[in-house]
Amino acid sequence: MPTNSLITLAGYSKEKLMYLIAMAQEFERHPNRKILEGRIVATLFFEPSTRTRLSFETAANRLGAKVIGFSDPKVTSGTKGEILKDTIMMVSNYADLIVMRHFLEGAALYASEVSPVPIINAGDGANQHPSQTMLDLYTIYQSQGTLENLEIHLVGDLKYGRTVHSLLSAMRHFNPCFHFIAPDELAMPEPYKKYCTANGIRFTEHKDFNSDTISGADILYMTRVQKERFSDLMEYEQVKDAYLLKGDMLSKARPNMKILHPLPRVNEIEYCIDDTPYAYYFQQARNGLYARQALICDALGITLEDIRNDKTILK
Amino acid sequence: MSAKQLQIAAIENGTVIDHIPSSKLFQVVRLLHLDETTETVSMGYNMSSRKMRSKAVVKVANRFFTDEELNRLALVTPDVTLVIIRNYEVVEKKQVRLPEEIIGLVKCSNPKCITNNEPMLTRFSVINPATGTLKCHYCNHEEELERIKLL
Repeated sequence: MPTNSLITLAGYSKEKLMYLIAMAQEFERHPNRKILEGRIVATLFFEPSTRTRLSFETAANRLGAKVIGFSDPKVTSGTKGEILKDTIMMVSNYADLIVMRHFLEGAALYASEVSPVPIINAGDGANQHPSQTMLDLYTIYQSQGTLENLEIHLVGDLKYGRTVHSLLSAMRHFNPCFHFIAPDELAMPEPYKKYCTANGIRFTEHKDFNSDTISGADILYMTRVQKERFSDLMEYEQVKDAYLLKGDMLSKARPNMKILHPLPRVNEIEYCIDDTPYAYYFQQARNGLYARQALICDALGITLEDIRNDKTILK
Repeated sequence: MSAKQLQIAAIENGTVIDHIPSSKLFQVVRLLHLDETTETVSMGYNMSSRKMRSKAVVKVANRFFTDEELNRLALVTPDVTLVIIRNYEVVEKKQVRLPEEIIGLVKCSNPKCITNNEPMLTRFSVINPATGTLKCHYCNHEEELERIKLL
């Protein structure tokens, strides 16, 4: 198994996370290079995810790599009954790196155990989505100038949202204080609260979502309350608008406060907020490019020093 | 007929697995692949016991299992008694111990786990031996020993 595969950030040290952030900063300065010229990156999307795929493919293309792969699982041989291992073994003959999205949990880890080339997990079912976590960390760092001692408010679906769960784990190194704002039906599950307690992560819980509950936030991380999560649609109708961020709720916000959202946004943030200095979700999406450029290079064994000494930058 | 007469004949050499809860007998047979052995295997089922309400006993002639094989039994019957017999004499008694990692024996109960959809071995780590909690290496789903399904 190549050691450079990225399946989860859970085991990454603080130093490693800061190293990847420093790498992403280099790419933000100069995103267009030929540092991966001659390399081939495969993007295997066994489950469609246009946003994530475009971000990874743009990251590889802007570094000079060529991209192969599929975005529609209907055209893959999986539908003919081919097992995952065979697909991975076949593609690893062609590509230097495989970025894969799969609907089954643990698929990327298994692929990394059988593949002779590194694997980057672009999401495996409800399990892990480390590149989203990396871009969230980068965005928080970029917007606040630090990851240390921040007040982070998580709003909406805290039960099923894997992005917020991964964020808890990745932020454990930086002494955060989390505020969980969710209806009972979508509250942060007990195991994650126990995880916070075991790792010394402070947290509070709220059901109310108003200008007072968010007045102390450095980061306001909004998530989508998804209709399909509710068994009782009456309950959904009652809570869906309670977690809509309205313009007038920002009256008491800290000046440095930034609003993040993994997108797509449906009914969580009023459009008028887009024009305020608090809106940061589109920058967050753009940061996905730099974070993924860093993850691709790290998986291919390219170091921060290599990137700093890179002579292939396109002006 | 002596009151202490054995309900299952003694073996000259081999392994005795005693104090198996009767309901777990066939899982023990599967875990040790006794259905595939050519040696003589004697089994007692629903036997009376001073220690247990109803127990099963298995005597396997001429087989001396490795600790790795025997420790599998901890998955279904952690309080089993293992006795090694040579020349009709007890030469060793052993306890089973839950291994740190369990490969290819337990089914993951998460239907969306890769191990339930790909021809591959399952892999669990024991994250809490006291409560008997296992964690799937692939999907991170947790299982309680009392509820596991063997493959």
